[in-house]
Amino acid sequence: MKFDVNEQGYYGQFGGAYIPEMLYPNVEELREKYLSIIYESGFQAEFHKLLKDYVGRPTPLYLAKRLSERYKATIYLKREDLCHTGAHKINNTIGQILLAKRLGKQKIIAETGAGQHGVATATVCALMGMECIVYMGKLDMERQRPNVERMRILGTTVVPALSGSMTLKDATNEAMRHWINHPTDTHYIIGSVVGPHPYPDMVTRFQSIISEEIKKQLQAEIGNPYPDYMLACVGGGSNAAGAFYHFLSDEHVNLIGVEAGGKGVDSGESAATTALGKPGVLHGSKTLLMQTVDGQVIEPYSISAGLDYPGIGPLHAHLFDVGRVQFLNVTDDEAMNAGIELSRTEGIIPAIESAHAVAALQKLDLYEDDVVVINLSGRGDKDLETYIRWGKY
Amino acid sequence: MKNRITDLFEKKGKNILNIFYTAGFPLLNDTRRIAESLEAAGADIIEIGIPFSDPIADGPTIQESNKIALDQGMHLSLLINQVRELRSTVTTPVILMGYLNPVMQYGVEKFFRDAAAAGVDGLILPDLPLHEYVNTYKSLAESLNLSVSFLISPTTSEVRIKQIDSVSSGFIYAVSSSSTTGAKKEFSEEQISYFKKLQSLDLENPFLIGFGIFDFKTYSQACSYAAGAIVGSSFITALKESNDLPFDIKSFVRSIRSK
Ligand SMILES: Cc1ncc(COP(=O)(O)O)c(C=O)c1O
Repeated sequence: MKFDVNEQGYYGQFGGAYIPEMLYPNVEELREKYLSIIYESGFQAEFHKLLKDYVGRPTPLYLAKRLSERYKATIYLKREDLCHTGAHKINNTIGQILLAKRLGKQKIIAETGAGQHGVATATVCALMGMECIVYMGKLDMERQRPNVERMRILGTTVVPALSGSMTLKDATNEAMRHWINHPTDTHYIIGSVVGPHPYPDMVTRFQSIISEEIKKQLQAEIGNPYPDYMLACVGGGSNAAGAFYHFLSDEHVNLIGVEAGGKGVDSGESAATTALGKPGVLHGSKTLLMQTVDGQVIEPYSISAGLDYPGIGPLHAHLFDVGRVQFLNVTDDEAMNAGIELSRTEGIIPAIESAHAVAALQKLDLYEDDVVVINLSGRGDKDLETYIRWGKY
Repeated sequence: MKNRITDLFEKKGKNILNIFYTAGFPLLNDTRRIAESLEAAGADIIEIGIPFSDPIADGPTIQESNKIALDQGMHLSLLINQVRELRSTVTTPVILMGYLNPVMQYGVEKFFRDAAAAGVDGLILPDLPLHEYVNTYKSLAESLNLSVSFLISPTTSEVRIKQIDSVSSGFIYAVSSSSTTGAKKEFSEEQISYFKKLQSLDLENPFLIGFGIFDFKTYSQACSYAAGAIVGSSFITALKESNDLPFDIKSFVRSIRSK
């Protein structure tokens, strides 16, 4: 397909594998084997059975009637919040744990921001009886406490990342260092469409089940597989990549990525990478990156731990570059208001990450016959403390 | 002029001591003073690290020195100026080592040119992909007479070692174990057999062993298999604890070179 990664691991000018030699053999092994492993029929059968019986897929495509009335359009929610463990992240961790087993790895490491990827990884490790260590920024451990305890209940060791801003970027650094120190028995389950090639492509493929289902579901609902708008929040970009993937070649579908504006794009406290970033290299790939003129990575900010990352996956950097995806940003306040609004109109408390996608509705010029799908990437249980602290409900 | 690193390996060829430190640490303008002291103390290669906010191959010691240097305002063009200035007194080979992103923002080609013009002899860019170097920068490096060294690790395959050898110039940087910088252990039998394997490969380039070299014993063991060794984290710890840089640098180098 037109937007697929090329042989060298690039999407346009973005992507590649910018890693120190100590990681090369592992990443190269993955690159050589990932496609043949994941498209082998036994793998596909096991993957889809687990997605169905364990994750609860397909997730519903729900017509949000009261929200539709309010915004005067037909709005569907893709209910990734109903996945086992509460977010889309598990689509990827199921895929990667099956891959890790086939690579003969015994131990798993992961990084996590909001804790959703950490929980999803801890869950599949419990399921497969594998040892698991999750790195999590110390600040994130404080603001997503329930998820820390969920991981521990599942038998995972949660290690605080104490460097930098003590959030997702730093947790990713620590996970990469761990992998350098344990190259032979350990697989690193990256939680988004970031990292060196082939991770962005591999994670995109595992998450693409989201748009595969949306197409079928829309066809059944409205007799046409194409929405006018497909909205998703973008931290690293895995739920968005999954929600966009099967629409990428359908140029009449407006794909909208929603980034965290934090306290405002120009406030100095933001995580809106496409607005603030320049091409750079972090965590193994060339992508858009928030950085100083000297190339030091800027500590991002968002009320939402899952969006608090200074880069985006290289696929998104390319889609932004060529204009295939439009990127908007939403402030903390706008997202929190949208979270409350969705709770009150539809009885669904969204993850604050996903609330960013909902908040973008206000920024679209919608016509009454427009069909909008919002990828509701996760549920708000993990964010109760943040909702409570925010207080305006 | 002949490349100083090539010259060094031709003339000396063994027991080469390469000492690494982070630019702008302990103080922003210590870069030159440390280089002068290292030369006076008899180090063979001076390897200066370009600080980066996210040094994923480094352990806590070098992470901390990077952070302190950046907090003090260290950046790449300042470092290139510092090298230009230290070249008025220092004749020892100088290598700049750094993660790609600060170099990319500076402009990779401009960096190669400016570094060479300032008197840098060699570069190590651990996250620059080999093929990108070959396709885009190798001929430039050659025209500027810069040596460019690549890393190998115990998990690097023999085929790839050969490939890296054919592309590297100056020397190959053999990472002693699967680890980030700053490990402090005696060498295991596994590591020793990896060194022996490297020795038996008859590479075109000499190799230096780095990571986990912190005392006379690890240095001299490394030197018995390789052309020399690279010391980083333990030197940075010595700088951190020092009240008298020239004196302490001299004793540090002596403690590595002899029992
Ligand atoms: C519910 C939810 N949505 C979105 C994200 C952001 O990640 P991504 O952009 O990879 O989907 C996270 C990350 O933790 C999350 O938990």
